[in-house]
Amino acid sequence: MQTRGQWYGARVSLDDSLAARVERLELPFNEYGVDPYGISKKHLKLALEAFGLLYRHYFRVRCVGAQHIPPRGRAMLVGNHSGGVAVDGAMVLTSTLLEMNPPRLSQGMVERFIHKFPVASLWASRTGQFTGLPEHARRLLEDDRLLMIFPEGARGTAKLFRDRYSLVDFGTGFMRMALQTRSPIVPFAFLGGGSAIPTIFNAYALGRLLGVPYVPLTPYLLPVPLPVRLEIHYGEPLHFQGTGDEEDHVIEGYVQQVKQAITRLIETGRQERQHRREQGLLP
Amino acid sequence: MRVLILGIAGGIARKLALRLHAAGHEVVGIDVRPWHDAPEGIEVHRVDVRKRAAEDVFRRRRPEAVVHMATVTAFTVRGGERGRINLDGTKAVFDHCATHGVKQVVFVGRHTFYGAAADSPLYHSEDEPPRALESIPELADLVAADLYAATALWRLPQMTTAVLRLVYTLGTPGTGTLATFLRGRRVPMVLGYDPLFHVLQEEDVVTALHLALEKQLRGIFNVAGPPPIPLSVIIKGTGRTPVPLPAPVLSLILGRAGLPRLSVGAVDHLRHPIVLDNRRFLDATGFQYSYDEGRILRAYADALPVDRTGR
Repeated sequence: MQTRGQWYGARVSLDDSLAARVERLELPFNEYGVDPYGISKKHLKLALEAFGLLYRHYFRVRCVGAQHIPPRGRAMLVGNHSGGVAVDGAMVLTSTLLEMNPPRLSQGMVERFIHKFPVASLWASRTGQFTGLPEHARRLLEDDRLLMIFPEGARGTAKLFRDRYSLVDFGTGFMRMALQTRSPIVPFAFLGGGSAIPTIFNAYALGRLLGVPYVPLTPYLLPVPLPVRLEIHYGEPLHFQGTGDEEDHVIEGYVQQVKQAITRLIETGRQERQHRREQGLLP
Repeated sequence: MRVLILGIAGGIARKLALRLHAAGHEVVGIDVRPWHDAPEGIEVHRVDVRKRAAEDVFRRRRPEAVVHMATVTAFTVRGGERGRINLDGTKAVFDHCATHGVKQVVFVGRHTFYGAAADSPLYHSEDEPPRALESIPELADLVAADLYAATALWRLPQMTTAVLRLVYTLGTPGTGTLATFLRGRRVPMVLGYDPLFHVLQEEDVVTALHLALEKQLRGIFNVAGPPPIPLSVIIKGTGRTPVPLPAPVLSLILGRAGLPRLSVGAVDHLRHPIVLDNRRFLDATGFQYSYDEGRILRAYADALPVDRTGR
C-alpha cells in the first residue's frame, strides 16, 4: 500500500508470493522441507500467510533500514519490546521475511512458558522460535543464523500504555554472547505496539493461574491488538570487540551503547511519525 | 583383537558381531537369550552377565575389548528386575573388566539419558545432566547405569572407556523402542505437539560402534546420524497414520484400540524432543552415516508395510 510516497506493508514482497519467499530462504531444508532445527517450510508458509496479512493490511507496518541487516551470516537483531503480547516479535519476523532480499528468518529467543503449551510449542518450534537459552543462542549464531532478541524480556512486554516508549533494564547476556560469537548487533526500534495493545493493568495472579507471567488487560479488557500502524526502524550494525569474559562494568557499558542506539531510533521514528502526521500523511 | 559382546543376541549386537568377525576380530558373546544360528567362529555363552559363569568367560577368554549392550528398557523388562539388570549388570561388567585386564570398554547407552523437557536446550551436548527424570522414573536405572559407566573414566584410568549415547535406531527388522512404537497402522501423537526425533539406521549404528572400537575412544560421546525430523514426518514417511490425541486421553488408551503400548511417563517423549549434538563423536571418529532420513523411513516402510503388520 502506498500513501503519498510513503510505503506501508512490504514493497519487496510484492514481487513474489509469500510461499516463494519461504522457498528462497537459505536454510538447509531436507527432502521433507525441514531444517536441522525442525523449522518447517510448510509451517513457515502458513505462518507467513497469517502474519503477512496482519503486516500488510491490518497493522500496515512501515519498515525502515532493513538494508542494515546482513543478508547472510550471524547477527543479532536487538530491540525494544512494545505491546503486551508478542506482536512485535511476530512483525519483526515478518519484516525480515518480506523486506529483505533474499529473505531471512529471524529466530526469536522466547519465554520458557511458550514451549509448555500445546500448539504454541509446536508452532514456535516449526518456525524456529526457541526458548531463550544461551545454548540455543550460541548454536544458532555459530550456524550463522539471524537471532531476534528483546533484552527487556517479559518486563518489556509488561510495560503499561503510559510507558510504551520507555526502555526497562536490559539483560547483559546477549552482549557476552555477541562478543563470544563475534556477532554484529543490529539495533531496532519497534513503534506502535503499545498503542496497538494499550495495557492499563497486568493481571499477574491470573497469569500464574494460566501458567504465563501475566495477562495484560486493556480498556476493552482483552489484549486484542487494535489496527494501529506499526513501525520498525533498523539501525546500522554495531560491532563490539572482546571475548565475553570482560568485567561487568565493561559489558554494561556496551549494553548502554546498544540501549542508546535503540533510544535514538525510537526518537527518530517518533519525530518522523509526528512529521508525517503534521503533513497529513498519517490519520 | 578379541572382543566380548554382552547382550550378543540382540539385533544390533548380532550385526556388530558379524561385522567384527568379518573384519578379522575374534568375537565372543554373552546373553541369556539364545542366538541359534550364530555363525561358526562366533562363540556364544548363554549366561547371565551378573552370574559367576559370566566371570568365567572373562577369566578364560581374556577379552581385550568389551562392548556392553546388555541393558534393557521398560518395554522389554518391567519392575525391579530391570533395575538389577541395568545397574547391577553394569557394575558386574566393569568389575570383571578391571579384574581380568580388559583394555577397552564401550558402554552402549541411550539418548533418553538427557530426558524430554520443555525448557531443555534443543541440542544436548555430552556435558549436560539428565533432566525430567521425575516424569519418567522407569528411565532412572538406565541413567544410573550410564553415569556409573562414566565413573570408569576416572576410577579405572588404565582402561579405555567410551560411553556412547545413541539416538533411536530405526532398522528394517522393526525392533527397538521407536521401531516397535511405529509398527501399527495408526501411531499416536500428543495433540498440539510434534517433537523432533533423532533416528539412526541400524547398519549405521553398527558402523558407529565399530569405529568406537577401532579409534579406541575414551570419554562420553553422543552418536547420531542425519538431522532430526518431526515425529509426524516419521509416521507419514513410514506409511503410517498419525493419530493426535489429547494427552490425558492418550494416557488412558495406550496399548488399546490398536495403539502401541507406552508407559505413561513416556508420553513426555511425545511432547518434547531429545536431540543430540554429535560433533564430538564426528570429530573423534570421522563417522559418516550412509542412510539419510528419507532412506531410513523408506527402508522401514518397505520392510514393514502396514498391511503386513497384522494390525
